[in-house]
Amino acid sequence: MRVQALVPFGPWSWCLFLATLHCCGASSKLNRSTDSSAQHELNVRFAAASSQPAETISVFTLDYDYVQIPYEVTLWILLASLAKIGFHLHRRLPGLMPESCLLILVGALVGAVIFGTDHKSPPVMDSSIYFLYLLPPIVLESGYFMPTRPFFENLGSILWWAGLGALLNAFGIGLSLYLICQVPAFGLGDINLLQNLLFGSLISAVDPVAVLAVFEEARVNEQLYMMIFGEALLNDGISVVLYNILIAFTKMHKFEDIEPVDILAGCARFIIVGCGGVFFGVIFGFISAFITRFTQNISAIEPLIVFMFSYLSYLVAETLYLSGILAITACAVTMKKYVEENVSQTSYTTIKYFMKMLSSVSETLIFIFMGVSTIGKNHEWNWAFICLTLVFCQIWRAISVFALFYVSNRFRTFPFSIKDQCVIFYSGVRGAGSFSLAFLLPLSLFPRKKLFVTATLVVIYFTVFIQGITIGPLVRYLDVRKTNKKESINEELHTRLMDHLKAGVEDVCGQWSHYQVRDKFKKFDHKYLRKILIRKNLPKSSLVSLYKKLEMKQAIEMVESGVLSSTAFSIPHQAQRTQETKRLSPEDVESMRDILTRNMYQVRQRTLSYNKYNLQPQTSEKQAKEILIRRRNTFRESMKKGHSLPWGKPAGTKNIRYLSFPYSNPLPAGRDVKMAEFTDHDGSDSELPPITFNTHSPAESIQERRWTAEVIPMKSLHRAGTPPRFGYQRSASREERLGRGRRAILRPKPLFHAVDEEFESEEEAPAFGSLLSSELRPGGDCNLSHSPLLQRK
Amino acid sequence: MGSRSSHAARIPDVDSIRRETGFSQASLLRLYHRFRALDRTGKGYLSRMDLQQIEALAVNPLGDRIIDSFFPDGSLRLDFPGFVRVLAHFRPVDEEEDGNRDPKEPEPLNSRMNKLRFAFQLYDLDRDGKISRHEMLQVLRLMVGVQVTEEQLESIADRTVQEADEDGDGAVSFLEFTKSLEKMNIEQKMSIRILK
Repeated sequence: MRVQALVPFGPWSWCLFLATLHCCGASSKLNRSTDSSAQHELNVRFAAASSQPAETISVFTLDYDYVQIPYEVTLWILLASLAKIGFHLHRRLPGLMPESCLLILVGALVGAVIFGTDHKSPPVMDSSIYFLYLLPPIVLESGYFMPTRPFFENLGSILWWAGLGALLNAFGIGLSLYLICQVPAFGLGDINLLQNLLFGSLISAVDPVAVLAVFEEARVNEQLYMMIFGEALLNDGISVVLYNILIAFTKMHKFEDIEPVDILAGCARFIIVGCGGVFFGVIFGFISAFITRFTQNISAIEPLIVFMFSYLSYLVAETLYLSGILAITACAVTMKKYVEENVSQTSYTTIKYFMKMLSSVSETLIFIFMGVSTIGKNHEWNWAFICLTLVFCQIWRAISVFALFYVSNRFRTFPFSIKDQCVIFYSGVRGAGSFSLAFLLPLSLFPRKKLFVTATLVVIYFTVFIQGITIGPLVRYLDVRKTNKKESINEELHTRLMDHLKAGVEDVCGQWSHYQVRDKFKKFDHKYLRKILIRKNLPKSSLVSLYKKLEMKQAIEMVESGVLSSTAFSIPHQAQRTQETKRLSPEDVESMRDILTRNMYQVRQRTLSYNKYNLQPQTSEKQAKEILIRRRNTFRESMKKGHSLPWGKPAGTKNIRYLSFPYSNPLPAGRDVKMAEFTDHDGSDSELPPITFNTHSPAESIQERRWTAEVIPMKSLHRAGTPPRFGYQRSASREERLGRGRRAILRPKPLFHAVDEEFESEEEAPAFGSLLSSELRPGGDCNLSHSPLLQRK
Repeated sequence: MGSRSSHAARIPDVDSIRRETGFSQASLLRLYHRFRALDRTGKGYLSRMDLQQIEALAVNPLGDRIIDSFFPDGSLRLDFPGFVRVLAHFRPVDEEEDGNRDPKEPEPLNSRMNKLRFAFQLYDLDRDGKISRHEMLQVLRLMVGVQVTEEQLESIADRTVQEADEDGDGAVSFLEFTKSLEKMNIEQKMSIRILK
């Protein structure tokens, strides 16, 4: 299996190797040649060319220096991408080890190649490039994909844990190492306290998100996910702030002792830097959200605006010596909510993918650098320092986890169990951040920089490989599941039913908001922020409109392929079958169980599925579509059985089944006021927003326009009760809807699938043909109402 | 805290509800807020439509049945006590509470039996106390994707009923249902953590 998976990976990367070697060999003086003989030729040719005087125009030249940097960078990125493809082709590998492992290996490979050919790697990574170009995309991506609601619900715990944890770790490790350095036997006497503290701060920058993919299948609860995310998010920022402060200290106090005043100043600076960064980030977030309000006509620049403003927030914060990382994080978190609603669907997808791409590129490059540094001559090995660093990292992380959570558990409604804390402790995997900070230490201030780099590399390798690979089994072990016993079909069916039931009731309960603050923020948000930042005339959820379009397509496809007719429309025949109980062989039972397991619908996942390196395809969407369409069809079926369409009914009849217009609803004048209150009142995630199908006017499809047009007449119908007013009302409403500025939220809350039902039944009448046309005309008076509808097509 | 108690006072019959369901004051308050939030038009009760507004329920295969279970006896209005009564079935079981219970009082709503009874009524639509083969087939159809053919579904339904049916009447009574699930940890499966 493994060989098979490596095969697609093999030949391609070998080709790439050869290509890289070609270039490496051609550019610098070649000391050792590698396998291919073609390289020799090239060499000879090149040597010949360079020995000639430069007056003649040579027919074939090679100008490698010109393209060296972008060329090699591109090759590295491609190599890493190919490795990732190979990695994911293998079925089980992604579940065994985190993807960082793979990237590190690729980096080491490239490093080996470069070292082996004695090639000077292009100086892509220096301080300014790292901090200005490589770091922001990574941070932006993690800030953008942070799920905001759980984040804010757990904000206190997260701040407490991430902030204090980072500080505790940094100072703990630093101090312990300093004590070790005092021991003369280790030969580390020249590393003073500041340097140790600095080392502690950079080694405590964890990247736990990298391991999330590994234990995704184990049902880790939402809170745990949130803590890990939150830590990853804030950790980078805090480490960098600390790092910068300590570097500033080191520069200042190269020769003097540190005074208490300076320490106080340092603390104050820490707070100012942190909060200032967040402040700027929030401001930029709002500005960019505001601007996206007006971009409906040039939706192509929407991603640009998002990225540029985030980047700008980073740069502005950096200019003022505030924390750019926290700024860009705050910007992403703030603007995400509003931008998502404002931008078009394609822009939204573009933004997501582009972010992933950028951060992936950055991270790849950093890991390649790490690989290059690993395999080189720039190491200084000191057993005591390195081993004790490892030990102290683990010890201090354990201390910080258990101590801090012990305290915060007192204040939490749902305390974290010891199992959760173990998972958090073990997920302290270091990543690219630590390496970069170590690499960028100024050599002048840190004469023993090589030692630090070596120690950092060892810690990273150890945590990523050993911890990364074993965390999966550990989590599975802690999350004891009864998988050994084969369940009977009964149990399986009933368990699944109960899971669905539980998920459904959970949805009914909604999310608890523990804090009054959150409610107050929501109110404030509704009253002011959304009015300013969100476009007018929007469907409240672009996801809902996406659903609509997808359902339409799916429905038509399903009908065409005849699937619908076989399952949903089949009339359940009464149990006229013989009651004899067939003797079923074990294989039959087995196969039945298999069918059941494979085909039952999955329960809605509450826990967030976040993968750092990948945007998950929406597999649950397919299931959701299927369910929705089937429900609609059963609905329609039950309609067919004996309930007539409402048009024929006199006004005032409550027709809750089919169209659920709230009859007690006040007249349009009062409607807008009420709109503001009950849209999105509690938990935009879980509630169905009122469906307004005045989508983005340019993209508005005929169907949707017609559909919303249809919605109004129903109400007027019920008020007036006569079909002839139908057409009039509709055109009038269309006019007023198309008019500018009018909040065209027509229906407070049409039933999600009932209105859809109408739309579909009308739209699909030609598609379905005879099958459904009968049901669309149950009564004579309906013909009247249908013809204007159909004519509009 | 002051505002909290005034809210609590607004819940009608709060004490009797507490006794019946066993929810804490805080939980009841949160549920009341949720009830009010779901009741968008401020009617004071919930209709089916209000529950159907919950988007996640629309994509739950059993969404309709779950909503129906909130409206026992075909009523059209769901008031707060009814709402809480249904949710009380999902309250996590508290062991010590079980031990201190007065045996003369009726079983608490979140006992194992009551949880099972609640699940049972999702199957048994006609409320005759038995899950017929037909009802089992309907549930299966709801829960399984479209790729499974009708014959396969029928044979699975047959097998399910056959496995559980002990007295051979071709239907699964409530007792047979409980017996088939005796090894399952119902208390954990049908408990929602936040409803403590």
